Amino acid sequence: MAAPDGRRVRPYLATRGRTRPVQDIAIEALVSTTKDGRTNGSDPEPERERILRLCHSPRSVAEVAAIVSMPLGVARVLVADLETEGLVRVADPHAAFAGSEEPARNLSVLERVRDGLRRL
Amino acid sequence: MAFVDSEVSGGTQADQDALSVKIVVAGGFGVGKTTFVGAVSEIEPLRTEALMTEASTSVDDLSMLPDKRTTTVAMDFGRITLADDLVLYLFGTPGQNRFWFMWDDITRGAIGAVVLVDTRRLADCFGAIDYVEQRGIPFVVALNAFNGIQEHDVEDVRDALQVGPEVPFVVTDARDRESVKVVLVTLVEHAMSLIQQT
Repeated sequence: MAAPDGRRVRPYLATRGRTRPVQDIAIEALVSTTKDGRTNGSDPEPERERILRLCHSPRSVAEVAAIVSMPLGVARVLVADLETEGLVRVADPHAAFAGSEEPARNLSVLERVRDGLRRL
Repeated sequence: MAFVDSEVSGGTQADQDALSVKIVVAGGFGVGKTTFVGAVSEIEPLRTEALMTEASTSVDDLSMLPDKRTTTVAMDFGRITLADDLVLYLFGTPGQNRFWFMWDDITRGAIGAVVLVDTRRLADCFGAIDYVEQRGIPFVVALNAFNGIQEHDVEDVRDALQVGPEVPFVVTDARDRESVKVVLVTLVEHAMSLIQQT
């Protein structure tokens, strides 16, 4: 299906039993293709296939959107669907720290960031 | 979730995923945000776009835009791999202040913000400073030295911006990697001191 301007719109319509709202995925959350995603054969949807190949090394949701040339909202939907199907993992920094302080408020994380910046 | 499915995903995966954190680079249009990001990023700054749809129109004045139904908001960002398991992203905010709806997405969970200021156009950063102050986001003010700012001018700028003495001010050159590093380290240390105070 294509919008009048030729942009594919199907990703907006996909709603396959996601475990959380798409907007909750942080833009810096790291997406990596799982073993299933690597061995699943090529995906019939070209955008999904590009994401699965791109994320053999972890990439943020923002990078996925920029490199695959799709709006952030579309990238979130596709990543959420791929996660639901077990083809990618999403390492969401906020979810990982759920129930405790966020990484940005964790002193040892901040120390590592500071030291890493100094070493650049 | 990623941290509990290691049995499922198999033994070749790392036991724990890398952690990603982010710093926001805010400021007016054309102040040098993308230059600042590019000075330290390991990749050429990337551009990602979000569509502002009708859902956002109630809070954004679209009367100036030719197409009132949707418009595209762009933000540039860069990446710094600090360690095997730690990645820092730098996100520039959209330059036009009417796109506030994007800021919540960009700033959620951020270490803090660098508010980049062109002293010739001070008013351009008022919106950014208001935003980060109201939401309690740790921030530093970085004066981009387009025209050779003297140290004694810095306190004048602080007065003009009405920013309290607890907020670090740094003179920087957004083109210079070492200079940008100093700004980022200053921000991280400021964020640490705010945690230690509480």
